[in-house]
Amino acid sequence: MFDLTREGLPNRPGVGFKARHFEALMADPGPVGWLEIHAENYMGAGGRPQAQLAALAERFPISVHGVGLSIGGAEPLDADHLARLKALVDRIAPARFSEHLAWSTHDTSYLNDLLPLPYTEETLARVAGHVSEVQERLDRQMLLENPSSYLAFTESEMTETEFLSELVVRTGCGLLLDVNNVFVSATNLGYAPESYIEAFPLAAVGEIHLGGHDSDEDDRGAPLLIDSHGRAVADPVWALLAMVLRRTGPLPLLVEWDTDVPDWPVLAAEAERAGRALDRLGAGQ
Amino acid sequence: MSAEDAFRAALLDPAAPVPEGLTDGAGRPAGRRYAVYRNNIAASLTEALETGFPAITRLIGAQAMRGLAGSFLRAHPPRTPLIATYGRDLPDFIAGLPALSHLPYLPDVARIDLMMRQSYHAGDHAPLAPEALAALDEEALEAQVLELAPSVRLLSSRWPVLQVWRYTMGRTSEKPKGGAETLAILRAEFDPEPVALPPGAYAFLTACGSGAPLGRAIAAAGPGFDLGATLSLLFTHRALVRAPKGPDPC
Repeated sequence: MFDLTREGLPNRPGVGFKARHFEALMADPGPVGWLEIHAENYMGAGGRPQAQLAALAERFPISVHGVGLSIGGAEPLDADHLARLKALVDRIAPARFSEHLAWSTHDTSYLNDLLPLPYTEETLARVAGHVSEVQERLDRQMLLENPSSYLAFTESEMTETEFLSELVVRTGCGLLLDVNNVFVSATNLGYAPESYIEAFPLAAVGEIHLGGHDSDEDDRGAPLLIDSHGRAVADPVWALLAMVLRRTGPLPLLVEWDTDVPDWPVLAAEAERAGRALDRLGAGQ
Repeated sequence: MSAEDAFRAALLDPAAPVPEGLTDGAGRPAGRRYAVYRNNIAASLTEALETGFPAITRLIGAQAMRGLAGSFLRAHPPRTPLIATYGRDLPDFIAGLPALSHLPYLPDVARIDLMMRQSYHAGDHAPLAPEALAALDEEALEAQVLELAPSVRLLSSRWPVLQVWRYTMGRTSEKPKGGAETLAILRAEFDPEPVALPPGAYAFLTACGSGAPLGRAIAAAGPGFDLGATLSLLFTHRALVRAPKGPDPC
């Protein structure tokens, strides 16, 4: 079994790395203590992406965040993709590796989205098998991220928090708690985000994600939040983060901004806000 | 079919009804909530194609590009999670579309877009220094194999395709004219650059790329080929690989 350690990443703010911020980050990272990269963007043979990653990895702890492994998928894991991940992880020795409770590959087609699965004994056994396979292949513990949901499966037999808790027990994996996803899913499926946090196995959390969401409506005019990562983190998500941190103590906090990526000072300001959330914790409650 | 199977089956088909067994969390049918996933897939792959084919997007316009991407992504969904490689089949796909046949140079413009991206992500190499060739006598020179860098790409077109590409990308204000063109994409460090080649130089590089020694590559280039100018271009763009084999001089 793997150690559940939080020593991999510092308990400081990090940001999702975007190539356009490279010079600014190298000149002055401000509050940023670590970076997360999307694994699939760094699987090319060479050129600027690999040169930037090598320079960043010398300077910052790196979290490798996969989006394409399809861990929740019905099909076996893609051996070629697992080999690419292994090569990347071996090359840069990241402080963390994480992936999603979702699927993205179907019949050899890669659909480029994080798609949902029903929570049943059958899917639990399958996902646990995939998580164990990844951890053995990469020879390290992985963190699994809770998804943002727009709908629910009638065939689900357990809640998402029960499903994730059982995965932790069966595989020894850690969890990446995306607080924005909690808020998005809770709003979309009509439950209180605080009750989700209360049921979440917080002791297994090794990293937190924060991101912005967009607002839409479903057929009946009910709010439908979209996990777009295209704007600042919403106030209720910051409030939910404070609730989580009061229970867990300090954790590595990542700000994600993937679409309509802003200039560096805007993202740095979000990271500073995350830093203040950690500072308030240190100041004592 | 389980709800999971049904969920998958209708994702790439906008006309398919929303699968059963999906709700809003309170027991009501999911309705357009399912469309969020469908839209995410189509929008993210369309964006990948727009980013990956900037000249095509400019040439046919954003709206036509969305239509082209929509039909392409359903016929050719990605086969790997490496979105940076997505669209290898787009040039041939465009060539087969009657609606775009009035722009016969479009597939070759798409090939330049694709090759620029491939070159950008290609492997790094140690460049060959000009002195390495200067040290060789004539016989050794003729037998020397020049290895092209992994980032080099070559294209021969019936159309003035590089002029079209440059004009479309705003790199020149001169309107394209003339006929067939041959070109190379070269990457001195990180940024690939398309360079027009005389037909002889294109034949020379094609021969080098297939492993022919210098003597045979020169013969393949035909009369009027300027070896000095071509080598100078290749050295300037660090387009040749330092020979890995052979005895170390020290």
